This record gives sequence, C-alpha cells and structure tokens, in this order.
Amino acid sequence: MTAAQGDLVLRHPVERFTLDNGLRVVLAPDRSVPVVAVSVFYDVGMRSEPPGRTGFAHLFEHMMFQGSANVPKMEHARLVQAAGGTFNGSTHQDYTNYFQALPAEALERAIFLEADRMAAPAITEENLRNQIDVVKEEIRVNVLNRPYGAFPWLQLPPIAFESFANTHDGYGSFVDLESSTVEDATDFFSRYYAPANAVLCIGGDLDVAETEALVRRWFDQVPARPAPPAPAVGEPSPTTVRRGVVEDRLAPAPAVAIGWRVPDPVGDLDTYLGTVLLAELLSEGDASRLERRLLHTDRLAVAQSSYLGLFGDPFDVRDATLLVSQVHHPADVPVDRVLAAVHEEVDKVATDGVPADELARVTARTEAQLLQQADSVLGRTLGFASAELIHGRAELAGELAARLAAVTPEQVQTAARGLSPDTAAILELRATGAAR
Amino acid sequence: MSAPVLDLSLVPPLGEPRPTPVPEVHRTTMPNGLQLVVVPRPGVPLVELRLRVPFAASAPRQAAVHAARTSVLTGGLLLGTAGRDQLEIAQLLQTHGGELSVSADADRMLLSTTLLPGGLRPVLDLVAELLTAATYPAGPVDAERSRVVERIGIARSQPGVIARSALAARRYGAHPYAQQLPAAELVAAVTPAALRKLHRDRVLPAGSTLVLVGDVDPVAATDAVGTALAGWVAEGKAVSAAPVPTLVPGPLELVHRSGAVQSNVRLGGPAPGRTDPQLPAVRLASMVFGGYFSSRLVENIRERRGYTYSPRSSVEHLMAGSSFTVEADVATGVTGPALLETVYELGRMALTPVTEAELDSARRYLLGTMALGTSTHAGLASTLSALFGAGLGAEWLAEHQRALATVPVAEVTEAARRWLAPAGLTAVVVGDAEEVADQLRVLGPVEVTAPAAEQA
Repeated sequence: MTAAQGDLVLRHPVERFTLDNGLRVVLAPDRSVPVVAVSVFYDVGMRSEPPGRTGFAHLFEHMMFQGSANVPKMEHARLVQAAGGTFNGSTHQDYTNYFQALPAEALERAIFLEADRMAAPAITEENLRNQIDVVKEEIRVNVLNRPYGAFPWLQLPPIAFESFANTHDGYGSFVDLESSTVEDATDFFSRYYAPANAVLCIGGDLDVAETEALVRRWFDQVPARPAPPAPAVGEPSPTTVRRGVVEDRLAPAPAVAIGWRVPDPVGDLDTYLGTVLLAELLSEGDASRLERRLLHTDRLAVAQSSYLGLFGDPFDVRDATLLVSQVHHPADVPVDRVLAAVHEEVDKVATDGVPADELARVTARTEAQLLQQADSVLGRTLGFASAELIHGRAELAGELAARLAAVTPEQVQTAARGLSPDTAAILELRATGAAR
Repeated sequence: MSAPVLDLSLVPPLGEPRPTPVPEVHRTTMPNGLQLVVVPRPGVPLVELRLRVPFAASAPRQAAVHAARTSVLTGGLLLGTAGRDQLEIAQLLQTHGGELSVSADADRMLLSTTLLPGGLRPVLDLVAELLTAATYPAGPVDAERSRVVERIGIARSQPGVIARSALAARRYGAHPYAQQLPAAELVAAVTPAALRKLHRDRVLPAGSTLVLVGDVDPVAATDAVGTALAGWVAEGKAVSAAPVPTLVPGPLELVHRSGAVQSNVRLGGPAPGRTDPQLPAVRLASMVFGGYFSSRLVENIRERRGYTYSPRSSVEHLMAGSSFTVEADVATGVTGPALLETVYELGRMALTPVTEAELDSARRYLLGTMALGTSTHAGLASTLSALFGAGLGAEWLAEHQRALATVPVAEVTEAARRWLAPAGLTAVVVGDAEEVADQLRVLGPVEVTAPAAEQA
C-alpha cells in the first residue's frame, strides 16, 4: 500500500438536517475553490416504473426541465448558465437526480430553482409532446441508430432477472412513451416527487449556517406529502444458467456479456466490497486478469470490461444487481471459447485466492480513482448524495477508500466463488449486418 | 397550468463573485529541451501527469502511413522495454494508482495518468524507460495490430465517426488533417521495425511538454524530472502540421447509410486560432448560436420542434487551424426541416445583432465553465498541456478571460458574419439517402456518396 491507512478517509465534514416536510438535507462544505454543487436526488428510478409506462422515469426527468411555477420554459437553463454554471439530470435504476455546478455566488439561485420545481413543475400537454419527441431522438442516438446501443444494459436484464421491475426497458418503448399523458405525469409527480422522498445535497464553497437558512427559506414552503413505499426490486438468486441471443444489424463484430448476481450492495456491504475489488482485479487495466488472458495471452478479444450495476457505479444501486463482464471479440473466435476463458479466470481466483501484493496494487488503483472522482466539487457532492439516498449515510462516500483498503484476499476469493458458471446469465450479441 | 412568466424580483440575485485562485505555475526548460510545467495545488492527494509529444505527419503523402503507424505505436509503447515486459509495466503503474493512457491525434501524442503522490519518482523512471528503451516486441505488436484493425472496424460502424470522417475529408482535402481513422490495410502492414523507426524519429524531448499538477512540491518534482529524464536526449526537431488549405465549400455531401433512423447533420468551417483577437467574439457567437442549452439552436430545433436530442456548436483548435462546427442528430423524417432551421439560425447570427442579454449570458457561462474546468487537478493539467503544447502559457487563460469580459455586441456580429455565415461552411449529412435526399435538395445541390469503408 502506498498511502498510509489514515490518509484514506476524505476529511470533508458532513452536516445534515431534515425539514418539516420530510426533505433530507446534506451539506458538505469545502472552501478550497469558489464552486458549489447543488443536487436533488429523488428516490424513484427505472425500477419503479409500472407495466405500460416503461421509460416514464426518464421521460419525467425531461419534464422537470420544462419550467416550474415561477420559471418559464428555457429559463431554468438560462438562470443557471447565465450565472456561469452547468446543470444536468440523469435517471438511474433506483433514483433520478438533478444537479448544478456553479460559482459560489449563485448558490441561492440554484436552491430557488430546485425548490420551485420540487413544488410545481410545468407539466403541460405541449411540453409533454415536445419532450416525448426529444426522448425518442435520444433513444435513436444512443440505441437504435448505432451498433451495440442497447448492449448490454437494456438486453441483459431480461435474461438475468425475473421481475418486471428488473427486466423491463428503462429507456422505454415508443408505444409506451407516445401514449403517456399529462395525467400520468401529474400522478407520477404527486406519488414520487414528495420532499420526503428526496435528498438535497449541497457541497463546496459554502457556510453551513447561511446555507441552512437559505435551504429553509426556499424549501420549507414545499408542501409535505407522504413518501411512497419502497419498490420491490430484490428477487431470489438464480439457480440455473440462462442464455439469450440478440442480433445487431449495425454491429461489425460480435460481443458477449456475462451477468452474475452479487451480494446485496446495501444490506451486505462488507461482502459486497469483496465483489467490488474482484471486478477491478478481473478487468481494470493491462495488469488485470481478463485483460491479460483474453487480449494478451490467448488473443481472444479486442476489448473487455467488468463492472457492478448496469450503469457502472457499484455504490448507487440496491439489490438485485449484477457483476457484468463484457467482451468484444473477433467474428472468428467462437463465443464459447471466450466464455470458457472468463470462467477459468474467475475459477482461478475462487480456487487459488489472490496474492496479497496483487490485491494491494488493485486497491491502490481503486483508491486513486475514488480520489479523482472526489476532486471535483460536483463529483464529490453526487457521491455524498447517492450514499445518503441508497445507503442512508452520506459519510460512506468519504470512507470508501479506507473500507476497500481493509478488504482481505479471502473476501475477494469468497466473492469469486459466487460467480458460478452454473448461475450466470449470458447474452450473446451476433453481428448480422455487413460492416457499414 | 398556465405558462408562468418570469418574475425576476423573485429570483435570488447573484452574490459577490469570489476570487478564483490563480494557479502557481513553475515552468522550466530542461537541458534536453523538454519543457516542464509543475503546478502544486490543494485538493485530493493525487498527481496528474501529461506528457505531450508533437506527432504531426511530416507531409501529406506520408499522412496515411503515419496515421496507421501511430495507431499501433500508441498501444505498442506499453508492450515492453529493455528492462520490463508489458505486465511489469502495468503492475508498476498500478502499484502507484496509475494507468497510463497513450493517445494520439493529428498534432500530438499524449501520455496521461493519475498517480498517488508517493509514486512520482518511480512513475517518472518508468516513463523515461518507455521513452528511451521501448522495444516493440514482435509477438505483442502483432497482437496489438490485430486489435487495432478490429477496433477501427467497430469505430467505422458508428454514425458519428462516419460523419466526422466525411466532414474532415471534405474540409481538408489533401492535408493530413483529412485523415481521421487509418485504413485497415495500412495498419495490417505496420511492422515492429517501422514502429522503432517512428519512435526514434519522433519521440523527442525538443518540442515536448511535461505537465504535473496536484500534490507536488515544485522543487522536488523538478529535481525528480531532471534526474529521471536526463537520459532522454534524442536529436531532432519537432514536426508541426503545415497550414491548412482554404477550400471553397462544395455542395452538401449526403453519405448514404441504408436504413438509418436518424440523420447526422454536420457543418464546419475555419475559426480564429488561440491568439487571434477575434477568437473571444467567435466563441461568444458560437455560444449564443448553439454552444449551450440556453442557445438559439437548442431552443429552436429541440425545445420548440423536438427534431433532435442534443444539437450543439463548438470552436476547436488544432495546431495548424481552428474550426467552428455544428452537429445535430435528427429524425430521418425531419432532416430537411432541421437543416433549414439550422441554416436560418446561422444566417440570423451573421446578419442581425444578438441581444445584450444573450451576450451577457454567453459571457458569464464561458467564464464560469473555464473556472469549473480548471478547478480539478485533471482539468487544469489537460488545459495547461494543450496551452503549453500550443506554445502559449498559463497567462493565456487570464488574458482570454479579460477579453471575453469586454467584447461588445458589434464585434460578435462582425465575427459571426465572417465565421458563422452558412455560405462559408462545409455541410455533410449521414443518413438514408432514399429518405432524405429529396428533402435536402430543396435547400441546394446535394452530392450522394457511400461511406468511406465501402468506397476503397
């Protein structure tokens, strides 16, 4: 280990309080650069969608940028950007977030904007029709008009899981999107966008007492509504191997993804941390097991990666979730050779364990990546917010490097024993189009 | 719900701006000619390393082969040295939290990594070893070459890559900048001997820049670089690209992509360089037109008409020429209307003045995002690497910010007239010609072509 253990806990203090309407607030001051980040995380994601409304969480995210009670359409963007700030939102499996990074002097403006749309977004027929069109173009750009667009994040879940929450297309079918109504949107807002179902997290160049007063000034007026019950997203672990094939007429070469169910990221965090380092050991960089075996030794593949959660962040998902290994391989390499090599490499870890020096290197690299993410005010703030929403403790984001440094080789070996070839979900992508 | 009206009295005013810290830049020219830039800054305990080596093709007729060799050399550099094999190189970096990425574009090769502060000296020693003793071993090079060929095939299947390649070919003609992705057959012919020669000829300290940002002590870091890289003493001068030609835009090129459910619309033309006094005005004009969400193009073809998800414009710099470009991926059925609105908004920029409010918003956004972009070790390191590599210094940032703060509306209009006028831009659309050719012909002449991969 190159950094002393004591250096691994990020020393950002975290203050928290809850408003009368139930909004949880986390403040993470750090005055080294004159930048603040303001984020609101709502506890509703793609896995909360009911049948017939696939893609609605994401469509609704777009609706939150269409103006609100006191802010006309386009003005949300103008008020942030004309203050020298940036903004965005994103829809995940278990949450939807909205955030701004701005010069510190724009803090109150961002708080006002988030409070205004938490109280009353402008859900109109015209805005809804417009954003359905925009979302369809987003899906065309990212999925339909490009090779590997749905691979594997939309194509693997139907093979790996059983429940509608886990298997459906979170980007949404065009049929569901087009049939969405204003009433659906107002119901969705009323059910899921209650202050008691959200976390407001503000980080960066701020004074805690002043910021608390600003938060109360603007968010206290948002009316209280009960938080919805948590959606049931867990499901029993699989007991068989499942295989599926998709054809991609735009892809010039095949690919394969293997998904294994992993321990509960929240309820069983200690075990899960072993899985986090296993994914890094398998796939991060030229020294990793799968890079060496698949690319360099056996020359079976052109690219490989392994990660936890469909979006690649191991700490922002709840159970049920997967470790995914994906491999792009030349057409003349049979997929079963690729699969056999992956299983063999996992089995080596499960059988022989991990040398301590190798694990120390993997941990050092993982630490550096966590630090790099925490170097930006926005990255740090989003980390605190998702840790508060998913794990109930913002502080966890600052402790992760130290927690990972304490993971033993035995924990990683145990994690590898969970990746059995007999319970894997395997998605084969066949390239059926000519190269174009 | 009735449409709200913005009541500005309700919007909290901005507070007093707080001063942005000025980076403490320590600049040294080492005896071998390497330029070293060290910037200590508070923040996380990491160091960001960027080594930029000039790597332009020396002449147009060499460009295709140079691009092919470079595409293998970037991965090949990490395949072994006199003292270490590929795995040992990767393990050493990993020990110190790093992973070296080696990339190249038409101007330069860039070695880039993050690392834990204690690893500075061993990582510098390793970098020195790569620079002076990379071996390009035959077996691993053969494997790397096959991977590059496969990856080029995958890249060429992406519509965005097809569009970018077509626009570059059209804009740059015989200039090496026309070369986006190397031809697979040229890559397949690259030998270890050719890589060793390219390395010997082009991986030179003269003209190269090493940037270290973060948890570093400037004196100790300068000493460490001096010792570690003292042995990098190759002879030779850096090669930069020749000036780009001034080509008159031809008719719109429609690259046929059968069955495409979207069309990738691209327009591009020259722009002022980093030291041109018109640059601040053009950057501001580009912002107002399509550079950010609050722009005219986004309001028109996304938020009003729903033709597209993320239309955008930008100003980008290469050593021998800068560019203004417009991009929009639009539904096939509205390709003509989307191009019409884009050209309309460009024409409006060129012919009529922007409002003071539009200009003020663009100005604040550019200043704010420059501050955000340089508020991390990694962001500052990449920004400084580009600036020093272009022969400028850190003071360019402050000078550019001062200029942005004062450009008046009239200068923005003048700049837009010269650089954003649609008549001066080259246009390319990638899409299903059977669906969109007739729509596009309404607006002017159209030349239909096949994607580059199918031409050859």
